[in-house]
Amino acid sequence: MKHSYFIRRLIMFFVVVILAATLNFIIPRLAPGDPIGAVLEELRARGASTGGDAEDEIVAAYRARFGLDQPIHIQYFRFLFNTLRFDLGYSISYYPQKVEAALLRSLPWTVGLLAISTLISFAAGSFFGAMMAWPRAPGFMQRFVPMFMVLSAVPYYLLGLILVYIFAFVMRLLPLGGAYSSGTIPQLDLDFLLDVIRHGILPALSIVLTSVGFWALGMRGVMVTVLGEDYLTLAEAKGLPDRRIFFAYAMRNALLPQVTSLAIALGTVTSGAVLVEVVFNYPGIGWLLYNALRSSDYYMVQGVAFFLILTVAVSVLIVDLIYPLLDPRIER
Amino acid sequence: MVEVILLRFKSAISYILRTPKLLLGLILLLSLLLLGLVGPYFVDVDKARPISVPTRKPPSAEYLLGTDGGGRDMLAVIITGTPQTLKMGVLAGLVGVTLGTSLGLIAGYFGGRIDMIISTATDTMLTIPPLAILLVVAGSVRAMTVPDMAIIIALLSWMFPARTIRAQVLSLREQPYVHMARLAGLGDIRIIFEEIMPNILPLAAASFVGATSGAILAGIGLEVLGLGPQRTPTLGMTIYWAQLYSALINGLWWWWLPPIIVLIVLFVGLFLVSAALDEFVNPRLRRTG
Repeated sequence: MKHSYFIRRLIMFFVVVILAATLNFIIPRLAPGDPIGAVLEELRARGASTGGDAEDEIVAAYRARFGLDQPIHIQYFRFLFNTLRFDLGYSISYYPQKVEAALLRSLPWTVGLLAISTLISFAAGSFFGAMMAWPRAPGFMQRFVPMFMVLSAVPYYLLGLILVYIFAFVMRLLPLGGAYSSGTIPQLDLDFLLDVIRHGILPALSIVLTSVGFWALGMRGVMVTVLGEDYLTLAEAKGLPDRRIFFAYAMRNALLPQVTSLAIALGTVTSGAVLVEVVFNYPGIGWLLYNALRSSDYYMVQGVAFFLILTVAVSVLIVDLIYPLLDPRIER
Repeated sequence: MVEVILLRFKSAISYILRTPKLLLGLILLLSLLLLGLVGPYFVDVDKARPISVPTRKPPSAEYLLGTDGGGRDMLAVIITGTPQTLKMGVLAGLVGVTLGTSLGLIAGYFGGRIDMIISTATDTMLTIPPLAILLVVAGSVRAMTVPDMAIIIALLSWMFPARTIRAQVLSLREQPYVHMARLAGLGDIRIIFEEIMPNILPLAAASFVGATSGAILAGIGLEVLGLGPQRTPTLGMTIYWAQLYSALINGLWWWWLPPIIVLIVLFVGLFLVSAALDEFVNPRLRRTG
């Protein structure tokens, strides 16, 4: 029983990864126009004289070089094999750099920013959500938390633009964008760290403000159920202090399902930040993607798309594999 | 018959008036709709085209919301862009929910192998971030129009409706009246359309609002990345142009702020209506709301 669960999950994971690679192969080929034609077009625009035998030679050379002279199924399997080895091809605008090298260079910024802001909004949101369900919570909580729920309907990057305008442009309290001041060399010392934190405040704030509501909503739902449990009545009957009942008895038990969502949210951090990085010129995956789109670096765009799918698939797989250990009921 | 409809209508109105969330949400959405419908009678929408007015003028009596860097009147851009965004969202939401509802119905009603295939496909698609697929598609389709974009997004927004509808159909299928209908010799098609369909319509309507909101979110995301329709002045493309020409650090707030405000009103309106409909469909949520 146990083995079949793991095997089924692993198969699903490979299906998702192969599907992602296949889409990357098929969709660009369905689109009208061919890549070599586009290259020739660009050469012409730069004033190259083309046509005649020379052009045929160029076309043939390019076709051979990118394997386009092979039959389509050979092309497909070669592409699939390369993608699964995480060989995503050369970036056009950063040539001769490989796509995966650029991805790995940007990854720490995205993961750092998103992981920290996700954890902050998880902690704050869970606390607010628990407070909302708690009958003896201060009255202002009941009015204050729904505001976050409305705010969660606003896309984080739009809020980000407004925050930059107010705090960076008008009040000049915080930097306008980037991950560190231009001119400084990334190194591990306190000054650089403080600089990075200063640059991270606004992007993190825009993510936190728009996602606190999500965590609060989830927590409130679970908390309402937990508050109806017998052990809470017993705790109250024993005369335990309110604070202890709230934290140790109610909130602690209600947090369990939230932690599963947290694990999944942490797995999706790479795709969550794409647009916030565009707004803040933050040098992570999203910024890489934005620049790749602007310079028509399609290998890079496909690489980022594949990478986003891969990270989510990996994290969902990890959560699914760990979950039976946390909750033995799932296996039966 | 007319009386019944009138009665239904009256009770719907009184429900809306009793539910502040729904009322406020509908007011927000209707005001945006009115902006797009009535606006063209007061403002010359031809000025939403590039180079039709002087560039980068702050708001004034002549240009109420100023002009952008490409020589467009911002008020005209907002008035033509808002309906485009709504159109895209509603179209994508409709197609996505229709697709999702049909798949959910088939999977839930027939069960067995069909159910397994549809459910696996749904679960698999749910783990793929839609943005990743949209990027590859939008990067390949050069000349995008608003309906193109709606269809592409719709193809990625059927999963949530499919899952909720399937779960509902699974429980409806075992209801006594469905068993009765089957005993009475009704065919599958008639049972689906006459016995089950009427009971999932409210749920489908509730997921339509959610799907529309999700579709607009995805569409605006693509547009802000510069992958939206190039010819139509949509709200997201306006933000993209403003971002590309550094409107923010040049202090041209009238370029990027109005589309953001319209979008915030739109998303908050959809959120409120969606939350109210969820409570209507699932009354257990009502007391904690």
